[in-house]
Amino acid sequence: MTTTTTAKKAGSLANWTDERLGASKGVKFLARKIFPDHWSFMLGEVALYSFIILLLTGVFLSLFYIPSAGHTVYDGVYAPLVNQQVSEAYASTVGISFDVRGGLLMRQIHHWAALVFVAAMTVHMFRVFFTGAFRKPRELNWVIGCVLVLLGIVEGFLGYSLPDDLLSGTGIRIASSIILAIPVVGSYLSFFLFGGEFPGESFIPRIYTIHVLLLPAIFLALIGAHLVMLVIQKHTQYPGPGRTNTNVVGYPLFPVYTAKAGGFFFIVFGVITLLSALVTINPIWAYGGYDPSPVTAGSQPDWYMGFMDGAVRLMTGWGEFTAFGFTWSFNILIPALLIPGLMTIPLILYPWIEQWATGDRREHHLLDRPRNVPTRTALGAMGITFYILLWISGGNDIMATVLRLSINDITLTLRVLIFILPPVVYIVTKRICLGMQRKDRDKVLHGRETAVIVRTESGEYFEVHEPLDEYKRWNLVQHETHEPLAELPSEDANGVRRPGAGSGWKRRLSKFYFEQRVEPVTPAELAAAHHDHHGHEAIEATSAHH
Amino acid sequence: MSENQNLPDVAREDGHGTVAVSQRFDNPGLPPHRQRVTDIDAAAAKRAERQVATLFGLSGVGTILALVAYFALPYDLEAGYIEHLGQVKLSNALIGVGLFIALFGIGAGAVHWAKTLMPDEERVEERHELRGSDEDRAAALGILSEGAEEAGLGRRPLIRNSLIGAMALAPLPAVVLLRDLGPMPEAKLSETIWKKGTPLVRDPEGGKLKASDLVNGSVVHVLPEGLEETEHPLNEKAKAPVLLIRLDPELLDEASSAGAYEGIVAYSKICTHMGCPVALYEQQTHHLLCPCHQSTFDLRQNCKVIFGPARRPLPQLPITVDEEGYLVAADGFHEAVGPSFWERG
Amino acid sequence: MTALAARRRHPLATAILVMIGLIVTGVLYAAATSGKAAAAVSAADEIEAGKKLFLANCSTCHGLNAEGRRNAPSLVGVGAAAVDFQVGTGRMPMAATGPQAPKVSPVRYTQDEIKAMAAYVASLGPGPAIPSAEDVDPAKGDVAMGSLIFRTNCAMCHNFAGKGGALTRGKYAAGLEGVTPEHIYEAMVTGPQSMPVFTDQTISPENKRDIIAFLQSVEEAPAPGGLSLGSFGPVTEGLVAWLAGLGLLVGCAVWLGAKSS
Repeated sequence: MTTTTTAKKAGSLANWTDERLGASKGVKFLARKIFPDHWSFMLGEVALYSFIILLLTGVFLSLFYIPSAGHTVYDGVYAPLVNQQVSEAYASTVGISFDVRGGLLMRQIHHWAALVFVAAMTVHMFRVFFTGAFRKPRELNWVIGCVLVLLGIVEGFLGYSLPDDLLSGTGIRIASSIILAIPVVGSYLSFFLFGGEFPGESFIPRIYTIHVLLLPAIFLALIGAHLVMLVIQKHTQYPGPGRTNTNVVGYPLFPVYTAKAGGFFFIVFGVITLLSALVTINPIWAYGGYDPSPVTAGSQPDWYMGFMDGAVRLMTGWGEFTAFGFTWSFNILIPALLIPGLMTIPLILYPWIEQWATGDRREHHLLDRPRNVPTRTALGAMGITFYILLWISGGNDIMATVLRLSINDITLTLRVLIFILPPVVYIVTKRICLGMQRKDRDKVLHGRETAVIVRTESGEYFEVHEPLDEYKRWNLVQHETHEPLAELPSEDANGVRRPGAGSGWKRRLSKFYFEQRVEPVTPAELAAAHHDHHGHEAIEATSAHH
Repeated sequence: MSENQNLPDVAREDGHGTVAVSQRFDNPGLPPHRQRVTDIDAAAAKRAERQVATLFGLSGVGTILALVAYFALPYDLEAGYIEHLGQVKLSNALIGVGLFIALFGIGAGAVHWAKTLMPDEERVEERHELRGSDEDRAAALGILSEGAEEAGLGRRPLIRNSLIGAMALAPLPAVVLLRDLGPMPEAKLSETIWKKGTPLVRDPEGGKLKASDLVNGSVVHVLPEGLEETEHPLNEKAKAPVLLIRLDPELLDEASSAGAYEGIVAYSKICTHMGCPVALYEQQTHHLLCPCHQSTFDLRQNCKVIFGPARRPLPQLPITVDEEGYLVAADGFHEAVGPSFWERG
Repeated sequence: MTALAARRRHPLATAILVMIGLIVTGVLYAAATSGKAAAAVSAADEIEAGKKLFLANCSTCHGLNAEGRRNAPSLVGVGAAAVDFQVGTGRMPMAATGPQAPKVSPVRYTQDEIKAMAAYVASLGPGPAIPSAEDVDPAKGDVAMGSLIFRTNCAMCHNFAGKGGALTRGKYAAGLEGVTPEHIYEAMVTGPQSMPVFTDQTISPENKRDIIAFLQSVEEAPAPGGLSLGSFGPVTEGLVAWLAGLGLLVGCAVWLGAKSS
């Protein structure tokens, strides 16, 4: 086929589509849209692609899986299970693993992709948080992202429960106990959910419908909204020479990003497939079918539930008591519901909390370098520390086994650390950020250290500093700093209330955020430093108060 | 061009100094474009082209490998051995590796193509403020208020209010329809099938037990006889498991001795915290440990909690022997077993 | 069967049962002792040799007559199986005080020395004997039955794949990989350290052999899905998902985002 005939065919196909769908307008709008390039912008794509992999492999699995808690006798190829009483869900999942060619691979891809999915969403969320990408106009997309992470955790837990093996059954039992602990309605909720007593026969088919139909539909809708907003608002970009708040610098969707992002889908799929080909995940045949009597040492949930399980492990029994003839199980409610709630609600509301402190209502499309927003960065590091400590607590028994430590000592230590370490990390992170900013100032004022030592005629030694070029310098001076709200009276001279003067709380929050700060170098300071031999003093004089 | 000037001023906060106003550097603009090897060297470009094609070709090989592995390899547990991986299912590993090559080859090829051969000069697209222009906003507002006026929302409050009422009521059936999801709890959470005279049988192999079958330090996992004949065996089994332990009667305190028989005690195996089986008995310390959240119970003190998140002791099942000498329950549990719930009291 | 069941409550039933029991025991005892009659002389020598070894290596803690001291239990009545297990796995003599005696290899004593010490301790009082080769032959066990019994009686401490797990205050249930069938059997009948005792009545000898067969099958079993990550469950899987899975993907993303030279 010659080039001309190919072009002709393509042309007629394009014409056909355009006359029916007006495709040319869409191509014109989308194809040359610019996307900025940075590896950290691919984290969200890892999550998106893992989700697509989950849909594909999930459909395959659903062709063989039987969502039924009905009893059956296992008679497959796996000798240690032969003749054991198991549920049809369990028997069919073992069947997928051993009797369906490629079934085990699909199961492992599905499970690994699920772990990577939630992990990628989490890291993507960290990136968005630390770079301030959640600021106006992207607050809504931040909320959708938070909801997606929470739904991802729920969806993952349901998937983990479907095989009805010993480990997941133990997990469901724990979930049912959390529901039972809810005051007033707990028992009723539990009976409605399980169709009677735990474990019953209704739970597996019910969560199956939620896992394969309800939640994926919600996921698709929310991911769709997430992406549409991305297109409408255009992607944020890192600051740099030529990048401003009113432009976006990068590569066009077609062809560069089509190749890069499209190719990246295959890379994600490939890497997860490789992991699934070589590393076992969730060997349900070894756990055996669920039975309420046995249990295995090291009973754990998948990683994304680990923080909640860890919180439960750190708790003591004092929280439970009987009053007014009813049982109040705060030993379960605090770690299993209250702490996750206290972690997620401020997270979801964070864009507005920070906006309240800054009073900044402008659109922001240029990202922050985390060091330039020390308080936010320190808060984030503090939150992550808290989360990781809970996560570690969730694996205290495995740590005890592997490190040969006392499980009691580990738990007691973590009970102390959970209160001490996060504030310490906050303080340390903030100091590191401020220190890095001072170093940036130093670099701008005195140039880059060249590691060349020169001896002067008078015998003094000094290191040659090479001034930064204007592009490198821009990276270090482009940001702005906020000042705390001024302590102005809330009414002006005429007795009219000043709009936005802020309550005492607002001023306190603003002070908390911005009291310690390092201003970027101004051209005047740079000029002064060039004339001044004692430039270091100038740094100190103009940098942070305190 | 200073970055400050790029920020729309309209929404700036009230003007008393929340934004530092200082003399600032100017944005130097995009740095000069640096050409790649493939842009200036035709041979390098040709090489890159071949690399991309090789990756795509490799992908094809991977697909064939996956297909061959699917059809040619025996699919059974014993097949295959790969060094370092231990005994693996060769079919799983090879279909997987083949698919990996097939997928990764496409991905790596496409990215390499984009990086080396597609234009890498960065382009600039202008952003526009997201809010509509003042005219657009006024027009939108006009349309909405005109529509509301046409519908008479303001003039006919009766219609509006009755519609709101109807909409508020309409979802009620949806809530009611969920009623049959499950029965009422009634007293089920407080009951087990243990009652006076129920023999203790071994879990899972079955068979009744005599006191002499246990020596000091013995543990037997037991279930009530007749469990399988109940209407919902698994539901009963979720509440009924009992741990039978024999220890020196001297070690037991008064409360623990109450339901004991010659130093043999029986306690519910279902954790009072979250319902996991508390099955780890330490023969020397006489502690019972829950593997899920590490609640630790002291057998000598009537299974009082000595560590971890549980609050209540494990309920004791009083035991005795029947006339044939078999261990049986002297009575049912005196309280609800398992995790706490609101009505437990 | 029904006739027998009806007569089970007959007043003479207990007496008859006891008598049958006594006769069976007597016959078994006679059979066992007569089989060993030929070796009687060497058995006495073995006990004597065992006593010497005991006095030299064990009596500091367990007492000159194995009567036990403050931190070491009496060995009267623990049986040959206990000695074979504790010394044969290197747990005894205990090198240092700790939450529990760890498995040590290489074992410090020869098989003959261990057997001699076992014979000496067995002579102090009746206790579980070292199992015969047939008692522990995995080939004669039922793997599926063994997995069922293991899951209820053992997995809560030793983990579903026999990898071991944590107990309170630094104690632990040991991993069962590489433990000989004899030692597994002996551990069950003697209940070493924190482990409870499983008598022949609570888990029958056949079922013990089933457990051994199951553990053997786990050890030899293929890992169908690939690397087993130590069979520790979701914790290690989570680490791999983060470090290997996400780590590799971030590596690819960095390559994708980096400018080509």
